[in-house]
Amino acid sequence: MALKLPIYFDHAATTRCDPRVVEAMLPYFSDKFGNSSSRNHKFGWESEDGVELAREQSAALIGANPKEIIFTSGATESNNLAIKGAAEIYAKAPAGQTGRGHIISAIHEHKAVLDPCKRLQREGFEVTFLAPGTDGVITADMVAAAIRPDTILVSIMWANNEIGVINEIPQIGKLCHDKEIVFHTDATQWVGKMPTDVERDHIDLLSWSGHKIYGPKGVGALFVRRRKPRIRLEAIIDGGGHERGMRSGTLNVTGIVGFGKACELCQHEMEHERERLVKFRRKLETELSRRIEVTQVNGHAEKRLPHVTNISFGFVEGESLMMGVKDIACSSGSACTSASLEPSYVLKGLGVGDELAHSSLRLSLGRWTTEEEVDFAIEQIVAAVEHLRLMSPLFDLHKEGIDISKIQWQAH
Amino acid sequence: MAYSDKVVDHFQHPRNVGSFGTSTDVAKRNDVGVGIVGAPECGDVMQLHIKVNEQGVIEDAKFKCFGCGSAIASSSLATEWLKGKSVDEALTIKNTQIVEELSLPPVKIHCSVLAEDSIRAAIADYRKKNGMVADSATHAATH
Repeated sequence: MALKLPIYFDHAATTRCDPRVVEAMLPYFSDKFGNSSSRNHKFGWESEDGVELAREQSAALIGANPKEIIFTSGATESNNLAIKGAAEIYAKAPAGQTGRGHIISAIHEHKAVLDPCKRLQREGFEVTFLAPGTDGVITADMVAAAIRPDTILVSIMWANNEIGVINEIPQIGKLCHDKEIVFHTDATQWVGKMPTDVERDHIDLLSWSGHKIYGPKGVGALFVRRRKPRIRLEAIIDGGGHERGMRSGTLNVTGIVGFGKACELCQHEMEHERERLVKFRRKLETELSRRIEVTQVNGHAEKRLPHVTNISFGFVEGESLMMGVKDIACSSGSACTSASLEPSYVLKGLGVGDELAHSSLRLSLGRWTTEEEVDFAIEQIVAAVEHLRLMSPLFDLHKEGIDISKIQWQAH
Repeated sequence: MAYSDKVVDHFQHPRNVGSFGTSTDVAKRNDVGVGIVGAPECGDVMQLHIKVNEQGVIEDAKFKCFGCGSAIASSSLATEWLKGKSVDEALTIKNTQIVEELSLPPVKIHCSVLAEDSIRAAIADYRKKNGMVADSATHAATH
């Protein structure tokens, strides 16, 4: 079968909706259009049934009780609700004062966690942003060392979106439970790809979204623990008191139905899918490293998601690399400042930028990725890097044994 | 972002890629002028080698470029334009002509400036090696 180009290797950005998800959603656009809050007629009941089934499917995927699921517009909203909502409730001092409490997060979190934390910093909370080691992992020991008597909240992502590295979440959860500190994890890249159990893993608050797991965009969920301990949140959207008062607004019934179906499919297909994707990812990593010198797979070698890899190539510039891999839809990142690409703060945090002139590709695989596509990607990336290195004066200097960081460059 | 057809063509089929020897070799050759401008941390480094005959005509030109597609196209185009020109004629090449020929958008104008700078730097190097006044030597360095 001929390959359809461009191939899609950007599943960490978003995924195609599974046709089975679309099928489950369709009736809720038309026949079953009711408001799930309408208590007095069939239209409302049908929609409510759809939402409650989705709540069960979502809860089952992460080992939670359906009552612990709050539907939102996506992981960004879930993160905002978790972090701001918990900070407000567990604050040590009222609004307007300083010394309201201490929060721990990390420098390579998604902006949807960093920015709420930074807002809280301006509002009287203190935040410690942990820096990972060169392997990108945040360990329980790092969190333990940062905990203070006034620490009220820890927010650490389960797996990083740019490099796919997995943090020590169960251990951090256990630590927080022992110390009676609320623990939130942004699990957007993790849930649906890896087995999750909020009981076993000591999670209080967990965010994820539909569109990363072959569901629709614009819908996500927040797990809010109800017992041992019961976590309370201050709502950020006030109104009709939907979702146990934590998230008002008429429910996105169609989206939620699709979200639930997507969760169910992930639960059933996760194990098989994981095996397949790990094999593909390893093939990408080993073949590219073997065939191209001065290549580095970023982040921890084993503690990584099945479907995400981030690879740096020395002596080629990022934008031209993207031009060279024109038939592969993927993300780029450069650790160094370039005229055209923003430096990646995640790669910088790992110290990848310490060596000059590296450009990286994030390749993320998914449910419909084929081995043929993987082979095609390897060939195109090898060809692009070779083409660019043939032109690269920096690669020449490297081959002559000259250290480019020692040269007095004439910056313009 | 969308690139013009000419940029894509130069990117895929760059003209005159190469050099007239290693950095140590060309440093010793009086008939070769070397211009290296830019810096890796800025995302662009252009290297231009020009080979000048006894009549002062640029017989051949080679480039290497670490940079975006527009930077590669700008330096590739520069080598095409340089060949057959006298050193004095070569100095009349302006970055605006490169911008026009390649339809570079405003954010890519610096690529054409870098190409012009590399021409001036290569000519300055050639003149210095041959005891001529390097009237444009300071131009590139002040950018």
